[in-house]
Amino acid sequence: MSDSPASATGKPEPSRSMLARMRDSDIWHSFTRSWITMIAALVTFILIFSAIFAHQIAPNDPFNLASLSLLDGGKPPFWSPDGEWRFPLGTDQQGRCVLSSILFGMRISLIVGFLGVVLAAVIGITLGLVSGYLGGTVDSVIMRIADVQLTFPAILIALLIDGTMRALVGTARSEVLVFWVLVVSIGLSFWVQYARTVRGSTMVERNKEYVQAARLIGLGRVTILFRHVLPNVIGPVLVIITINMALAIITEATLSFLGVGLPPTEPSLGTLIRIGNEFLFSGEWWVVIFPGLTLAALVLAINLLGDWLRDALNPKLR
Amino acid sequence: MLAFILRRIGQAILVLLTVALISFSLFRFVGDPTQQMTSQDTTLEERLQIRKNLGLDDPVIIQFARFVGNAARFDFGVSYQNRQPVAKLIGDRFPATMELAFASAMFALFAGIPMGVYAGLKPNSWLARVFQTVSLVGISLPTFLIGILLIFIFSVTFGLLPSFGRQGVVNLGFWTTGFLTWEGIRSLILPSITLGLFQMTLIMRLVRSEMMEVLRTDYVKFAKARGLTPRAVNYRHALKNTLIPVITITGLQLGSIIAFAIITETVFQWPGMGLMFLQAVQTVDIPIMSAYLLLVATLFVLINLIVDLLYALVDPRIRLSGKAA
Repeated sequence: MSDSPASATGKPEPSRSMLARMRDSDIWHSFTRSWITMIAALVTFILIFSAIFAHQIAPNDPFNLASLSLLDGGKPPFWSPDGEWRFPLGTDQQGRCVLSSILFGMRISLIVGFLGVVLAAVIGITLGLVSGYLGGTVDSVIMRIADVQLTFPAILIALLIDGTMRALVGTARSEVLVFWVLVVSIGLSFWVQYARTVRGSTMVERNKEYVQAARLIGLGRVTILFRHVLPNVIGPVLVIITINMALAIITEATLSFLGVGLPPTEPSLGTLIRIGNEFLFSGEWWVVIFPGLTLAALVLAINLLGDWLRDALNPKLR
Repeated sequence: MLAFILRRIGQAILVLLTVALISFSLFRFVGDPTQQMTSQDTTLEERLQIRKNLGLDDPVIIQFARFVGNAARFDFGVSYQNRQPVAKLIGDRFPATMELAFASAMFALFAGIPMGVYAGLKPNSWLARVFQTVSLVGISLPTFLIGILLIFIFSVTFGLLPSFGRQGVVNLGFWTTGFLTWEGIRSLILPSITLGLFQMTLIMRLVRSEMMEVLRTDYVKFAKARGLTPRAVNYRHALKNTLIPVITITGLQLGSIIAFAIITETVFQWPGMGLMFLQAVQTVDIPIMSAYLLLVATLFVLINLIVDLLYALVDPRIRLSGKAA
């Protein structure tokens, strides 16, 4: 993964800090060359930062029922004559601050998307390693399942898994359960791409000398796969993770928008858009448009970063 | 060629059986099918009788065979919620989804191809750059957000187009259509743009890159050298060759159009199969869920099969590589 010459020669260079080495790398160079990528990185950073510190940044607490007042309901953003600085982006019917709801909602969207992608990567990498290393029947069974799943769009799979899990656990569910149902639905809908990529590179690595050596000194299959093969096949996976992050956030938002995701008591960006959509016709456009724009900005920025990462790490384009 | 066709059909049947097994397991093991047909006063004997009548005491293999047999005759049981045969419910809503899917595919093709051709012919013009930016936004925006934005602009702000429902429907007996009235077409515009926008950007990007590639080939250069008009070179020679992958992709995308119709139908309250499926997921109406799953899977597999076979017909390399595998 490392692009600096120091690691290639293997000599320790104590005089150069990690920061200096990073500044010399190809990746950093291509990063500073593209201003669109730098803007995307800045937007992503600001959004993730404000989601993490939502408690500190948010001007109001949208979940504290004691501080909500119906008298504050339906206030427009600050630039219109009826707006107030107290609620920069206005309020919804219950008097909840739209900006604060967005900050907390984005936090939930990011957490669900991140956990879903991690789960998908863990499932996909494990199955891909096993499939590529063992070959034979195991390989063809796993790959046929992957083929069948690839025939269907991920959103349909996620909806089905969500529906099935609802049926299994019953409709009276707690918020925590809904949260994990969403994570598992996203994880199970996106594993195929990881499995295929990892399987391909594992089949190449399997016949290399270091694997044979590891086998000769009697290491177990699990150790060989995860300690020795995994570090050599993980590179391309990182790019897929970035691009899938945007897809996972869209999937979560879509499920929540369709009403099978997170409930209004713990709203993600998708839930906020669903609630706000009901007020679109009464003229309170800000309740739905601002969460929508935030979602669009987040997804667009992550997509741009993923595109850049794919090109920067692709040796053919150098 | 015959071996290739037979093997592809065999694979398709295998996929369908797998999906049938999944929807059968949904139907059979997720929740008790008798639960919805009985009340608290039902005696134990009556319950057992119902189980026996439904064939739930038979071995699972026989039940699965019966499930597949019934599905082949479009018998998917009775909806838990509406107490009506699932086949009838789906049949009522099938035309709405199909017309929406058709209109979006037409929109995607007739907007995407000209935009792609233009962007491929003049990649540095400002309009081509606008197209590229629009396509990036079209890929990044979730479908439901596009729908909401369109409603906000065209229905709420300007009041030009209806924002929900399927209006002006004419009943032809076996099919209901909205194409025959002005009302019906108007209510179709926003949903089909919402549903087709993603496909449109996909087609546009594809046509653009294919055009740019084809324009560099020798036969196009030769056609120019022969003194043919740019019009003849661009449209008769270049465009024709870019259309093969476009047709393939459009065919394959038809499946995902039907799947993404779930979202569009929810935003616009369009009375199609997708909306029904979503309501079934929310109320855990298993017979509708499994029937929809099977139906969509059949459509997907059929489309994939047809596209594959057409492709093999056009490109002999695929047949040969298939033989080696």
